[in-house]
Amino acid sequence: MKILTGSDLKSGAVVWWDGSSWSLHVEDACDVGEDAASIAAREEAERRVVVPYAIEATTDAQGRVRPAHIKDRIRALGPTVRADLTLRPADPEAGTWVI
Amino acid sequence: MYQYDRYDQQMVDARVAEFRDQVRRRLDGKLTEDQFKPLRLMNGLYLQLHAYMLRVAVPYGTLNSTQMHMLGTIADKYDRGYGHFTTRQNIQYNWIKLEDAPDILAELSTVEMHAIQTSGNCIRNISADHFAGAAADEVADPRPYAELMRQWSSFHPEFSYLPRKFKIAVIASETDRAAMRLHDIGIRIHKNDAGELGAAFYVGGGMGRTPMISHLVREWVPLDRLITYAEACLRVYNRYGRRDNKYKARIKILLHEIGAEDYAAQVDAEYQQLLDQGVEPPFAELQRIRTFFADPPFVEGLSDGVDQSDPAFAAWVQQNTHLHRVHGYTSATISLKPVGGIPGDATAAQIHLMADLAKEFSFDECRVTHAQNIVLPHVEQRRLYELWQRLDTAGLATANLDNIGDIIACPGLDYCSLANARAIPLAQKISQRFSDNGKDAVIGELKLKISGCINACGHHHAGHIGVLGVDRKGRENYQLLLGGSEGADTSLGKITGPGFDEDGVVDAIEKTTEVYLAQRQDGERFLDTYRRIGMEPFKEALYG
Repeated sequence: MKILTGSDLKSGAVVWWDGSSWSLHVEDACDVGEDAASIAAREEAERRVVVPYAIEATTDAQGRVRPAHIKDRIRALGPTVRADLTLRPADPEAGTWVI
Repeated sequence: MYQYDRYDQQMVDARVAEFRDQVRRRLDGKLTEDQFKPLRLMNGLYLQLHAYMLRVAVPYGTLNSTQMHMLGTIADKYDRGYGHFTTRQNIQYNWIKLEDAPDILAELSTVEMHAIQTSGNCIRNISADHFAGAAADEVADPRPYAELMRQWSSFHPEFSYLPRKFKIAVIASETDRAAMRLHDIGIRIHKNDAGELGAAFYVGGGMGRTPMISHLVREWVPLDRLITYAEACLRVYNRYGRRDNKYKARIKILLHEIGAEDYAAQVDAEYQQLLDQGVEPPFAELQRIRTFFADPPFVEGLSDGVDQSDPAFAAWVQQNTHLHRVHGYTSATISLKPVGGIPGDATAAQIHLMADLAKEFSFDECRVTHAQNIVLPHVEQRRLYELWQRLDTAGLATANLDNIGDIIACPGLDYCSLANARAIPLAQKISQRFSDNGKDAVIGELKLKISGCINACGHHHAGHIGVLGVDRKGRENYQLLLGGSEGADTSLGKITGPGFDEDGVVDAIEKTTEVYLAQRQDGERFLDTYRRIGMEPFKEALYG
């Protein structure tokens, strides 16, 4: 599947296109199929996102979206060396799928 | 240290106001990202893996305590409570919001700091020996010359759009502590037989994907012609440097293609022309700058010697202090490489503490080193134990300077959008492994440097052991290099062979050190043994 990601204009935070808006959580990402370019152009023009781009992704056994490339998996989690700065700081297992 | 005059302050304040307007127009939709990107980069604001990243310039690595406190305040107020000291003697913040960036720059301006020219194809922050003004082996303090070059290169209209970024380092001793030979221009202030000071210019060094050691293009430039000669060097590069291919655009490629002699001849011709045009600032300006770097009020008549009866303190003194040119003083390095820690990171509380210690123990001065540590340059030896106790309480007294635990590591794939592999976790594992097995101190000097991509921000080419992270079919892989050095004996590391995965490279490094320990002769550092026995015994141990 193809999913769309980018950075929030104001905060620079990593965001994922969920079909109607941008989510901080990769699990919310939806398959954009062939629509990535048009969604990206519209959202960038509306200043809701910076540098949007489409990436390959898969789903795990529980159906959760997982980016195919390690770089995007680290974007989805946060720095692997600072669990306290990730989206789920209280869960040390949150990043077991990243590397 | 240097203090802004009203022109310096006006320039920086004007840039803050200009950038504030640019950010407002970006947020209002009057600027597209394509239009805004070069403007934010001119102010040190990158968009990285997780957020905007702000790189703040620390001219020649020198800070007073007020400035250091401001760095801690920014970490607390605008970031997530920490900053990352870099291999260019700067500091980076990893979690900056775009709308906060103008306010941060405004706060920096109040302490005579900025982020100008920390990105882009311009002359970047001038770096220098972190022991400047303190080292026993220097012939002069290199910082007045670095400051003169900072003023010359700031907003220089001719050199704002060079073919590629341009890095200059200045030293004034035989011992190179600034990786001078691996800069676009390295300047070494030295004395002639008559006792006069002049500058040797080394041009065309650099790391990155095509590492090269610089060439000596002129042995002697009079100090009252320093800017004229630098301008000539830049002009020839600006004229002939390749703009058609960013990977061949650095000045090192120009020298490689036309030859150092041809380049030097062209620079000389340009220099002769420039001499008539009066581009050199008045010598009085250099003299004015020098007054800012006058000696602090050292106590006279102090004797050398430190009571080292406390073994932990003794280990720190032996490892982390450096000979000062004034009796009774020493330069103390605060390692930002705790065992298992993140190289170069410091919390806001640690930054504030180091600022306080600089004020209390080192005439209000501290330095950022290119090895990502902090130096207090002028500490009375009789107060060293008190200083160490304060550092120890804060977890800042790791005694590992230049040892295998004192690892240079770039932010790597944990933070950097250019990286192919993570560098920090590797540094943490290596440091932990060699602490646990007790070999850190046994091995002695071994400079280990890790880059997460070929851009070499982690200086892997110059590591006695270097590690380069690459992307191998979507997985992290690490190449091992041996034999690099950044000192007076500058050399480039050679790749050992096929790469390793994350755990494999830690094991490989341990095997490499075992070869060294088995083969070393009296007094040999790792690098000395490598140079004597060559690559083969190491390859045999790694792949045999």
